[in-house]
Amino acid sequence: MSAAAPSTSPVLRSIGDTLVVAQRNLTRLLRVPDSLVFGILQSVMFVLLFTYVFGGAIEIPGGSYVEFLMGGIFVQTVAFSSATTTIAMAEDLQRGIIDRFRSLPMARSAVLAGRTVSDLAFSAITVAAMALTGLLVGWRTHTSVWEVTAGFALLFLFSYAFLWIGAVIGMAARSPEVAQTAGLIWLFPLTFLSNAFVPTETMPDWLQPIAEWNPISSVALAVRTLFGNLPDGYVAGDSFPMQHPIVMSLIWCAVLLAIFIPLGISRYRRAASR
Amino acid sequence: MAAIAAEGLVKVFSSRSGEVRALDGVDLEVPEGTVLGLLGPNGAGKTTAVRILTTLLQPDAGTAKVAGLDVVAQATEVRGLIGLSGQYAAVDEYLSGRENLVMIGRLYHLGKRRAEQRADELLARFDLTDAANRSTKTYSGGMRRRLDLAGALVAAPPVLFLDEPTTGLDPRSRVGLWEVIEELVREGTSLLLTTQYLEEADKLANRIAVVNHGRVIALGTSDELKASVGGERVDITVATADQLRTAEASLARLAAGAPESDSHARRLSLPVSGGASALVEAIRILDERGVTVLDIALRRPTLDDVFLSLTGHATSQEDSP
Repeated sequence: MSAAAPSTSPVLRSIGDTLVVAQRNLTRLLRVPDSLVFGILQSVMFVLLFTYVFGGAIEIPGGSYVEFLMGGIFVQTVAFSSATTTIAMAEDLQRGIIDRFRSLPMARSAVLAGRTVSDLAFSAITVAAMALTGLLVGWRTHTSVWEVTAGFALLFLFSYAFLWIGAVIGMAARSPEVAQTAGLIWLFPLTFLSNAFVPTETMPDWLQPIAEWNPISSVALAVRTLFGNLPDGYVAGDSFPMQHPIVMSLIWCAVLLAIFIPLGISRYRRAASR
Repeated sequence: MAAIAAEGLVKVFSSRSGEVRALDGVDLEVPEGTVLGLLGPNGAGKTTAVRILTTLLQPDAGTAKVAGLDVVAQATEVRGLIGLSGQYAAVDEYLSGRENLVMIGRLYHLGKRRAEQRADELLARFDLTDAANRSTKTYSGGMRRRLDLAGALVAAPPVLFLDEPTTGLDPRSRVGLWEVIEELVREGTSLLLTTQYLEEADKLANRIAVVNHGRVIALGTSDELKASVGGERVDITVATADQLRTAEASLARLAAGAPESDSHARRLSLPVSGGASALVEAIRILDERGVTVLDIALRRPTLDDVFLSLTGHATSQEDSP
């Protein structure tokens, strides 16, 4: 008879399954470190490019651009990490390994949870590389250790929510090639129509509300606030998200997770390999 | 209790070009400890049937039980009792063979130590010990298939599904895999096997279901299927046209049906019953009459003949949609 399954609680079991899958993904990441190396290089490059190319052109009244920039570029980079998840999911589906997982008595959430957990680790590494680069070009935090920690924690929560969006797109994409494009295309307008790189007051009036209600703007502003990177008395806007960026960021993360986790799991249940 | 029992399975896929009835009312039964071969061309519905029985796909109609458990309502329990090795070796190419098997063992909840132990047992059994710690990217096609099959056996499942296990393998690897499969069946594993190779179904399966366009069009043992297209024939080639007439006349009482003679090739094809004894008798009669026999053989219908007579075309001629 079957050698399977000592009885443990379903919750413990799904955590265990998730960790097994995450471990597999991280092993792959270390075996083929190219994506890790390029991920780090790209984020370092962005910090340097934006600081030195745009730094002179964009003025932050009463503050420095590099201080303003870092919050935005952190958020942009973690948002773009979701494209990695999209491609990885599409590849797993194509290779038939998802069929193998689906034929095992493992938790239905574990493949997606394992993927998002390992990609969060990847995202954390790129954030660390950016933070170090930022420190080298003059970025500093001006708040307590707790606030700085809260800033990074918020960044990772937001990253995790976006990784689930990436996973859902990856399962909907018909091939890894499609996933390459589909994983990135929505991120450009989303990240640029925000206060990530420029203050929203420089945008046309009709665009400002859109940018202010963009989750990227809320999180960028929240992170800047928690790091103390805004000039004294800085007002980002009159809208609710700009007045309460931290609360709004938490609401956004909760909403995204509440939508995309169940959506992802239900797609996984019905996933067919191609 | 049957290891696998399916009734009236229907699965319809809709695509831009319309609906495809991948399964159109399929009944299957695999008694415990036996092998059922699903034989059919690409696109016949074999893989769809396997995907439903292994809980990967839900049927649009019909019911299926594996080891007595419903594949829809008790999917999780079913997954604990089955092993699946698919058409494309589903191994992670960046992990080593051993890492692949340990991962699967842990996902069957064997526990880390037991999973490692089981991985080593299977690697040894499938002749992969030397390659155990190499990334599977470096494996040959045959090695990957063996690893994939090993993956299906991690939990020692009582019911095994193999979807075209040898498609794309070279003849030597194919024979090697057959030996492993035969051994598993001897140990009592119930097996559902799909294949497009008649030889494979003939060799491995106790019973064969011939599938075409989503329906089972014939079911039986390999011998029964062959008998259904007409029995054996004795084919005789003689030296002269005169002798052909003599042979035809003298062998008439042996014939189980109308003989076919080809005077140009001086060949006579005689339907017989009784196999080898009919052959011996024919030789004796021809010898008595002094007919010079250039060639004589007893020919049994192959599963190719079966498929041809059932569907009007050979197995390899139909392509998947």
